[in-house]
Amino acid sequence: MAEIIQEEKQEKGGRKKPKKHSTDIDMTPMVDLMCLLITFFMLTTAFSKPKIMEITMPEKDQKQKPEDKTKVQADRTYNILMAGDDKVYYYKGLADPKKDLPELIKTNYGKDGIRKVLLQLNKNVFKQVEELKTKVLKGELVMADSVLNRKIKEIKKSDKKAPIILIKADDKAKYKNIVDIIDEMAICNIASYAVVDINSVEEDMLKTAPK
Amino acid sequence: MPKIKLPTKSPHIDMTPMVDLFSLLLTFFMLTASFRPQEAAQITTPNSISDKSAPDKSIITIDITKDSKIFFDFNRNGLTFDRTGKEVADTATHYRKTLLEKMGERYKISFTEAEKKKFDNGTSFGMPVANLKRWLDSDSPKEKEAMQIGIPNDSADNQLALWVRFARLTNPNAEVIIRGDGDADYKTVKKIIDLMQDNKVNKFNLVTNLQKQEAKLDE
Repeated sequence: MAEIIQEEKQEKGGRKKPKKHSTDIDMTPMVDLMCLLITFFMLTTAFSKPKIMEITMPEKDQKQKPEDKTKVQADRTYNILMAGDDKVYYYKGLADPKKDLPELIKTNYGKDGIRKVLLQLNKNVFKQVEELKTKVLKGELVMADSVLNRKIKEIKKSDKKAPIILIKADDKAKYKNIVDIIDEMAICNIASYAVVDINSVEEDMLKTAPK
Repeated sequence: MPKIKLPTKSPHIDMTPMVDLFSLLLTFFMLTASFRPQEAAQITTPNSISDKSAPDKSIITIDITKDSKIFFDFNRNGLTFDRTGKEVADTATHYRKTLLEKMGERYKISFTEAEKKKFDNGTSFGMPVANLKRWLDSDSPKEKEAMQIGIPNDSADNQLALWVRFARLTNPNAEVIIRGDGDADYKTVKKIIDLMQDNKVNKFNLVTNLQKQEAKLDE
């Protein structure tokens, strides 16, 4: 008997209340995915723009006579010669085949190599520029970036004893070598430098250079 | 002592505002992102401390690969400046199309409208002009890649010089960007720089990777 009643009861309660589902969806996976996507897009937009290094070459004018070409003071001039196998040399002054050839000094692209040499040569300008920059960093001087850049340019121009660097690469040098050297110019705040063609005297000097 | 009963709080946080914000941000970044176009060749640029950004409009890009192949590109991101210096989309000026027409005229190759359109939307390329038509018509990526043998630039047939000259004629405001592989020969780069100077370009932008370097003066 009791069983029947139970059955009846079950049938009576047939209007089952639909199970209440929560209206909340678990959004955690969606948020995770979105986080990842946002990071991805943020990074790709920020880094897709390549950085560049500007370089202005001296104008090539065929009509120009050799006598009219800009003369550089020999005692301020330093030549950097780049050869294959990441070799780099420098010498002071001008190589004149009629006189004794200047000695080639071997160095390297590292921070103890050519950079040390250039910093020593450009000590005055470098010190002034660094002083100015630290002052601005510490907040002792407040100026806009454009003003700062102009001041740095003025400092660079003011030193009449700063070195003039001539950059010459022979055919075996790699592209990254020349970028490295131009970069060193920027690091050491060298005011005047130029990328020029190597001449035959210097090519000969490289052949007999210390290995 | 009676226990203090802390009210039990649900451990769930309402994430709806956060999700809303995220979707907005996501949409924004997705729409503004301009993807780096498919590159014709793998190029590892050298490092430098320069943190200047490359101009992204009105540019002539010359790629130099490790094995000294040369690729040429004009208006890479489809944006350019018109003659008055106003920023416009290249779809309005069709500089690339004009360039192709000029080049075709010079080499007596006639391109169909479809080919011109393809070139208009394209990116960098590196092959002799004679193969350009076949390259534009080809649909197989493998065949297309095999055709990228670099633009001839020797004195006998200096097509690169012509590309540059015509590109400069089409858009005098165009700037030159050189994207060279660090291990490329300086000889090749110098050849290109000389060629540019013959075309009265004296300012170059060399693409580099930013890498900070410290310099200290020791006494």
